[in-house]
Amino acid sequence: MGFLPFVFPLAELEVGQHLYWQIGNFRIHGQVFMTSWLLIGALLALVVIGTKKMERDPRGVQNLLEFLWDYIRDLARTQIGEKVYRDWMPFIGTLFLFIFVSNWGGALVPWKLIELPSGELGAPTADINTTVALALLVSLSYFYAGLSNKGLRYFEYYVHPTPIMLPFKIVEDFTKPLSLSFRLFGNILADELVVAVLVFLVPLVLPVPVMFLGLFTSAIQALIFATLAAYYIGEAVEEHH
Amino acid sequence: MPTFFLFGASEGGLFDFDATLPLMAVQVVLLTFILNALFFKPVGKVVEEREDYVNTSRAEAKKKIVEVERLETELKDQLKEARLESQKVILEAEQDSENLYKEALALATSEANASREKARREIDSQRDEALNQLKSEADNLGDLIIERLLAKK
Repeated sequence: MGFLPFVFPLAELEVGQHLYWQIGNFRIHGQVFMTSWLLIGALLALVVIGTKKMERDPRGVQNLLEFLWDYIRDLARTQIGEKVYRDWMPFIGTLFLFIFVSNWGGALVPWKLIELPSGELGAPTADINTTVALALLVSLSYFYAGLSNKGLRYFEYYVHPTPIMLPFKIVEDFTKPLSLSFRLFGNILADELVVAVLVFLVPLVLPVPVMFLGLFTSAIQALIFATLAAYYIGEAVEEHH
Repeated sequence: MPTFFLFGASEGGLFDFDATLPLMAVQVVLLTFILNALFFKPVGKVVEEREDYVNTSRAEAKKKIVEVERLETELKDQLKEARLESQKVILEAEQDSENLYKEALALATSEANASREKARREIDSQRDEALNQLKSEADNLGDLIIERLLAKK
């Protein structure tokens, strides 16, 4: 059955098992897409309901959306800077919302009630493919941001403040996506595993604080990912004098 | 077995990269555009419109406060002027009434004096007349007495 030979309702552990969907010559992890579609659907439904009838005096869901918008704007503005944050706010906001919804959806929705032929449903961010995809998007976007804002002068950044920095900055381009993806992946997977193991060992009471801790880390991880992405973009568009 | 699943070479494993990665990337990019159209743009518009509204309202209110303060000082000035004016008017009126009183008093005094004088003169003339009459009567009486005395002899 996988990593640990436990069979227990709601607490079965399957690590590294996937539900494969074959599309042409490619294979994808079905469980990741199923949960991500559900969670994206929920997110979009919330957005559509909240923006259906917006007023100057906000009511109901509009308050929540405006709070989120304000939060994301502050995040983007402080990290990227007043000049270009507007261009990148949707991307940073989408990263934050997608990761947040994925993490919390993975932790809060009792996916284990749904039986799959192989693998199990869980947070989409507990799959390395998702986190690497997000991290690579961040890499691409900070390159694009730097090049589109400063042209080839972007590469001054690599020798700033001294040319000695060049190898470190090049290494950074690789470590940034690595650390981004593994931080998120590791935290979410570890949280799922800890909760699952605890639920298996002590099914009552004890897992609850750990679950709350998991919710906390999930939110923090979404914030960290979005903040770092914004910071990298801000670093790329920053003007050196 | 666990290691096989964790770092599985061909099938499964924690680090099993496949077409999930690019597809997820495409999905997130699509989600970015969808959320931009459905969430970031409309909510941003509403929030920024409200911010503009609040800012313009505040500016207008500030302008109104300045206007009110200006009007207030103007009114205060007017009030002060009016007070001064009224004081002046009161003073003038007081002086006027005093003058009138003095005039009336003077007039009355002079009239009284005049009439007193006239009365005195009348009294004097009457007394003189009376004295003259008395004198003439006394003369007559004297004459009569003398006649009688002479006649008796």
